[in-house]
Amino acid sequence: MTAPTAARLLAAFIVLAWVATGPLVAQQLGPRTAKPAYDDGNVEALQVQGNVHLVAGSGANVTVQVDPDGLLVVDTSVVAMSDRVLAAIRTISDKPIRHIINTSADEHHTGGNESLSIAGRNVSAGIGGQGGREPARLEGAPVIAHEHVLHRMSGLKGEPARMPYGVWPHDTFYTNKKQLYFGGEVVEMLHTPAAHTDGDLIVWFRKSDVVATGDVFSTVTYPRIDRARGGSIQGVLDALNQILDITFPAFNNQGGTLVVPGHGRICNESDVAEYRDMTTIIRDRIRLMVEKKMTLAQVKAAGPTRDYDGVYSTPEWTGEMFVEAIYADLTSARPR
Amino acid sequence: MTTARTSLIVAALALTFDASPALGQQVDLAGMWSATLGNHEELPLRGDPGVEVGEYVGIPLNDAARQHAETWTPTMHSLLEWQGRPHPVTYAMRAPRPDFRMGAIVDPKTERLIAYTITGLFGRADRTIWLDGRPRPSKYAEHQWQGFSTGEWIGGGLKVTTTHIKYSFVHRNGIPLSPYAVMTEYYWPHGDLLTLAIIVEDPVYLTEPLVRTSTFRRDPNLTIPALQPFEVAEELPSLEKGQVPAYPLGTKHPEYAAKHNLPFEASQGGAHTMYPEYAKRLEELMPASAIPSASATR
Repeated sequence: MTAPTAARLLAAFIVLAWVATGPLVAQQLGPRTAKPAYDDGNVEALQVQGNVHLVAGSGANVTVQVDPDGLLVVDTSVVAMSDRVLAAIRTISDKPIRHIINTSADEHHTGGNESLSIAGRNVSAGIGGQGGREPARLEGAPVIAHEHVLHRMSGLKGEPARMPYGVWPHDTFYTNKKQLYFGGEVVEMLHTPAAHTDGDLIVWFRKSDVVATGDVFSTVTYPRIDRARGGSIQGVLDALNQILDITFPAFNNQGGTLVVPGHGRICNESDVAEYRDMTTIIRDRIRLMVEKKMTLAQVKAAGPTRDYDGVYSTPEWTGEMFVEAIYADLTSARPR
Repeated sequence: MTTARTSLIVAALALTFDASPALGQQVDLAGMWSATLGNHEELPLRGDPGVEVGEYVGIPLNDAARQHAETWTPTMHSLLEWQGRPHPVTYAMRAPRPDFRMGAIVDPKTERLIAYTITGLFGRADRTIWLDGRPRPSKYAEHQWQGFSTGEWIGGGLKVTTTHIKYSFVHRNGIPLSPYAVMTEYYWPHGDLLTLAIIVEDPVYLTEPLVRTSTFRRDPNLTIPALQPFEVAEELPSLEKGQVPAYPLGTKHPEYAAKHNLPFEASQGGAHTMYPEYAKRLEELMPASAIPSASATR
């Protein structure tokens, strides 16, 4: 074989290998990895642990606690998905919904309040009488929330009232904590003031060892600091550290207390710590630049979220928006 | 071009492995595997302090990952929530000395192999590799340090795919690994030797697959130490509640490059530093006196 022929054969082999190995590589490695789509309308139910389940995929996480006599539901997602959420809940239990808890006033956490309430039953119906409650609600499951949630949804804080008013909570409290006993365990509603908003709750199922956090914690977005609704970066950090005070791992920093975020996957302490670390580090970076009198444009140009954007930036709440919220908070007349 | 090069390397591994459809189990991997045959690239990982801060050579990391690593400090490991963490599965099979026991879970009625277990890794980052065709958990399921692994027999070895890995690290110097990373492993036995090829893909922090190989030797006399759970203790009382240690944005770590007489650029990694062609760039960057002669390396 002459040298040129050998060279051509070698070249042909390389080209063939190039062409042939493309599909082979794809077959061997599978599709390129990518961040999966969450809250994509494919609703599914999965057990968290103990009596607590997660209904995910509808627009916001819905946490369901099972009692022999009924269900307690944390957050109700968007109204358009209520049928699918209810169908998923029915795969967990056919018992009536007895209590609904809202972790904030956000529409994507409360939009299904009315439809899920109507699908449930008030455990106190017929005992307490009208009691000042709107009659239709007597037959539905009561919606519990911090009073700031009701204030915001009903227009008492200057925002347009949410309609229909059937989505409003009607069992509210103003203290830092509310407890009830359901599903064989204490359920604690802990107010985390001025975090994502001013009406946030985290819900702790003490025996099941599960915490539902609402939007102070998410595995798919940066913390949404809704300053117009009383949110603040320090409040978010306080809430995350409060969750870390509650959680404890079983072994190798996983298992133990499980955490249902407002959006995304089931977590445990180390995931919350990762999120707390990220939020703290970005806040500290921006604070340092604020102390140097840098403008918002200069802060953005420095890329304080660059290393986390691939995990937490979304079109709805980008890294830049997160920076803007922190910058505004740190430079406002009333930073926390 | 470099991506294509990596693809060819991966393809070569796959071809070596025989890409024909699974023919069923042809070899039993159960037993004790010793990592005494560490190769040159593993050795820095096996001693203290391991990979150094500022050392990104040969890692196809992107700018986001580099920024994460530059601002990361080892003091993070003193946070209470960090102390009990084992190494993630992408690292545990490489360091510090990944001797392991491969155990078999067998259906007692049918003798069918259901799963392999891997125990003995640092921090007891124990693994299970499911071989019974079970589906992957939901994307909403909890992630684990060891991820969720499934295996399939391909030719003369085992291909393992691992997902659901926690947000962790590529190296213990701040190079991050996103929770969307996927690890593909090939366990390829030859007599008493086992070649393990590990391919890590991360859509967030790596621009190309990170491909590495290790060799293990079957060693029936190997002992796996008893369970050693980490104890969490207050190590830095001066750290205020909620305080998270980190270097400021813009920090550079030239110490590694200086210590090893490398140009700083080379220490910064990136896909191009994985390939032999980078040696020419190194020659351009380094003074002639700093480049070892061929004879000196023999």
